[in-house]
Amino acid sequence: MSEPAIRARRIAKYFGDFPALRGVDLDVRAGSVLALLGRNGAGKTTLLRILAGLSAPSSGTVSFPAADSSDRIQPGRIGVVGHGAWIYDELTAAENLRFFGGLYGVSDPGRVVAEWLARVGLERFGNSRAAEFSRGMRQRLTIARAFLHEPDILLLDEPWTALDDRATQLLSALLDQARREGRAAVICSHQLREAFDVADQVALLHRGRLAFRGEIDASLRERPQSLYERLP
Amino acid sequence: MTRFLAHVRIVALKDLRCEFRDRQVLNAAISFSLVVLLMFSFTFDPNTNIEVRSLSAGLLWVVYLFAGVLVLNRCFTRETSNDCLAALVASPLSGDALFLGKTLSSCALILAVELISLPVFGVFFDTDWLPHFGRLLPVLALGSWSFAAVGTTFGAITASNRLRELMLPLLLFPVCLPALVACMSVTWGIFDPTAVTEIGPWLRLLIGFDIIYTLLGVMVMDAILRAA
Repeated sequence: MSEPAIRARRIAKYFGDFPALRGVDLDVRAGSVLALLGRNGAGKTTLLRILAGLSAPSSGTVSFPAADSSDRIQPGRIGVVGHGAWIYDELTAAENLRFFGGLYGVSDPGRVVAEWLARVGLERFGNSRAAEFSRGMRQRLTIARAFLHEPDILLLDEPWTALDDRATQLLSALLDQARREGRAAVICSHQLREAFDVADQVALLHRGRLAFRGEIDASLRERPQSLYERLP
Repeated sequence: MTRFLAHVRIVALKDLRCEFRDRQVLNAAISFSLVVLLMFSFTFDPNTNIEVRSLSAGLLWVVYLFAGVLVLNRCFTRETSNDCLAALVASPLSGDALFLGKTLSSCALILAVELISLPVFGVFFDTDWLPHFGRLLPVLALGSWSFAAVGTTFGAITASNRLRELMLPLLLFPVCLPALVACMSVTWGIFDPTAVTEIGPWLRLLIGFDIIYTLLGVMVMDAILRAA
């Protein structure tokens, strides 16, 4: 059995006395898309931020064994879509992507940026400032930013927010391609149907604990809400 | 090393590009410095009170520090809108590269404000600065760097604080006091070669201040960002 791409062990996170996460264990294989689901306040975003290195766990460890033998987080190998847009309103779409491409050491950034603008349907808006974009256009730019450097690990928090049907299809295609290329992805969402369309694994968080973990089978795809029937 | 320097350059250019797009900070800082210089020129009239001339360098640097706060306040505020700071933390950008890039861009903006308001100061305070410009420029650069280095460090600390616009000057002013006094003394020594002020020790103090606070910022920035 190959090493998992992401390995989280006994992750706990406290905000003051409030336990947001209580001893969560999670493995995500390379070439797999995991839907991380749960009701409001279950701890999904907290766990995703810990996996992304944006927040330190109160206890427990996160490692990326398949990508890094030193078991240390290598930010250049992670692509993140967070709650915020993570783009600069003052810069144009192309400048935003060039900036992040520069930070991630993307080679031939001019070509790569042009390609990604075209892939997310923003090729005509490359020289428009992000401040002028609609919510959906900003989300598409955010997705391009997260995928730009071809990360081994994708961590996406509510990636379907404000996306229209074409952009939703585009994201599904990108995740499908990422899976075929052997990358690992974790998606937090409340949109069960979209999540089950692209994911092959599901993890259900409930009050900071992992309540269910398994493959997404035909019955779940048919009746996504039945997932919550597994809650204690 | 090449990657580190590339990151410093990318961050500095991004900040300058953002600023020159909307010019919010530059316009505010320049207007502020000109208005305060005008007010000082009426309050301390150099034509009626010869003693005021000896104070003029001090007044000039107080204006520069106040205008610098406007620049420095924006330094990390830009990163908090759209949660861009998280994007930087999640990227391979190191804290020291972020610190140096931001200090460089803030220093350039503060220096620009200083250079634009210097001729106005010359007119209001009847000071012939032009013949001394060659000696004055390094002092302006060192002084700007000292404000920028301390301000970037404290800017990162106060970035997520709702009272950051109040907190930053409260933290910045006392710490920058040695640099401020050094800048005033060197500038007055340059403007008036007959003044008893010795430039050398003050200049060394200013250079030492810049080195210490640059190293401090480089060392602590990663920890500040992780804690933010």
